[in-house]
Amino acid sequence: MTTSPTADVTTSDSSGVSGAEIRLDRVTKRYPNTAAPAVEEFTMTIPAGKVVVFVGPSGCGKTTTMRMINRMVEPTSGTITIGGQDALHIDPDQLRRTIGYAIQQAGLFPHYTVAQNIGVVPGLLKWDKRRIAARVEEMMDLVGLDPGTFANRLPRQLSGGQQQRVGVARALAADPPVLLMDEPFGAVDPITRGNLQDELMRLQSELGKTIVFVTHDFDEAVKLGDKIAVLGDRSTIQQYDTPDAILANPANDTVAGFVGAGASLKQLTLMRVRDVQYSTDEVLTVTEDEHPATVADRLTRAGRTYALVVDVRHRPLRWVHVRELAGRSSLQQAGKPVGDSVSTQSTLQDALEAILTEGGRAVVTGTRGEVVGTIDITTVTDVIAGVREEHGVGEAG
Amino acid sequence: MSLWQYVTERWDRLSLQAWLHLSGVVQCTILAAIIGVAVGIAVYRSPAGSAVATALSSTVLTIPSFALLGLLIPIVGLGVTPSVIALTLYGLLPIVRNTIVGLAGVDPAVTDAAKGIGMSRTGVLTRVELRMAWPAILTGMRVSAQMLMGIAVIAAYAKGFGLGSEVFSGLTRAGSANSLNQALAGTLGVVILALLLDGVFVLISRLTIPKGVRD
Repeated sequence: MTTSPTADVTTSDSSGVSGAEIRLDRVTKRYPNTAAPAVEEFTMTIPAGKVVVFVGPSGCGKTTTMRMINRMVEPTSGTITIGGQDALHIDPDQLRRTIGYAIQQAGLFPHYTVAQNIGVVPGLLKWDKRRIAARVEEMMDLVGLDPGTFANRLPRQLSGGQQQRVGVARALAADPPVLLMDEPFGAVDPITRGNLQDELMRLQSELGKTIVFVTHDFDEAVKLGDKIAVLGDRSTIQQYDTPDAILANPANDTVAGFVGAGASLKQLTLMRVRDVQYSTDEVLTVTEDEHPATVADRLTRAGRTYALVVDVRHRPLRWVHVRELAGRSSLQQAGKPVGDSVSTQSTLQDALEAILTEGGRAVVTGTRGEVVGTIDITTVTDVIAGVREEHGVGEAG
Repeated sequence: MSLWQYVTERWDRLSLQAWLHLSGVVQCTILAAIIGVAVGIAVYRSPAGSAVATALSSTVLTIPSFALLGLLIPIVGLGVTPSVIALTLYGLLPIVRNTIVGLAGVDPAVTDAAKGIGMSRTGVLTRVELRMAWPAILTGMRVSAQMLMGIAVIAAYAKGFGLGSEVFSGLTRAGSANSLNQALAGTLGVVILALLLDGVFVLISRLTIPKGVRD
């Protein structure tokens, strides 16, 4: 494992990783009667337990490349090893039973119930009936389908999103170390897709499979990928790096074109408020029972114009300006209510939204809603600048 | 003598011939199904092969049944053999065509997934493709069976089995006593058998088409 400094888990014995490393070495696919190969000299190491997303325009060969891993497409030349085993010298049917496979239309067997669909691969592997039944139930729980309700349903009685869940459960049923997913969420509506992506990320954090995921949606790649491979014609690797690095520093115009407008905004979805230096002492917090005159005095001494009024549990209530304090007898009702606040769990994109609506500075709250600090626009711009510089330097070295 | 009297008086002979007619048609349909499905499986992946198989089986259907039997007699002689050969050949077309259409109509995503999760070639065919093409294949068999019911009558010309002999001898003796009754009894018998067999096919499709595939 030498290709990337960011890959920290490379062996399958590391905790929480059940995946296997996949190596493709100079893999080429040439179809008869075509001038150019569909995939040319593709060399890549996919680290164990990581999600690697192949992203690229239609017809670039990303699906063909993925399908060579389970030999749905036979490579013309080159070698593929999975967990150190030569994949090209195993019986293809046996090989495929050890690799999960989920595709766009789910491809469920319409004449099988949900439970039968999920149990197919364990059945092929000759598990005994009781073990299959237990596994099917476990899988349905895992993908969030109640076994009591759904086990005996037919695929056509399910929504598109539910069918995809069954497809993923079927792919995972025999506990394969490697999972291949070909635009599995391409055919569902955006809200369902978002949910399925979240579920997949949750599953992956539990399972630690090696996942090769094909999509043409760069945002999906950024969301799901530990690493992204941007592919061009003949499946040539334009850039293979973390989402962070690709957003900050696209290797060439093709990648930049694919990243599209708003790379910095996408970058913001990758970081959370807790990861950045938000300020903890910029704002004076006062409770409602303090006297306005005292507050005004403290503000003047601190050289500030605004104070943040908080309740007894230190949750944000209102912004109050020093001018509004004059002549008041109490802080009750004074100032402008805090509209949008962000938690330390929020993404920087949400934070930016809050900063813009709040007019320059947003309150950061902790797990119980208490004020822990504030974040302003310069914090966000500094972070972006920092990331760019980091990856720019990394590229040169 | 009324038709009713004719039928009741000769019930033994008529029922035996009806039984032979039905069993002959059913057996030829099964034979045609075995050959037809095998041909369909052999060619459905190739558009050219599918076209040739469909064209060939259509061609058989354009040969007049009388002529086909006449041509078979010098080769295989009289009796059951030429009848079975002719009926099986005629029965092929609907079955071959429906098998090809049915197999080609299976959602490619389903077969891709089946192969991708590690089903063998035979597994994909028997556990997925044929199951999903079964309604079409069964419809083909049903059409064949109906067609063969009628064509089997002509088989009497080659001294074959069934109610055809009643129809034939009734017609050749036209004008003599009971000739009309004989021809009518044979014809109506075929119609009744055809309806009965069709009913059986409805029942078979109810019982054998998986719920997830049924419309």
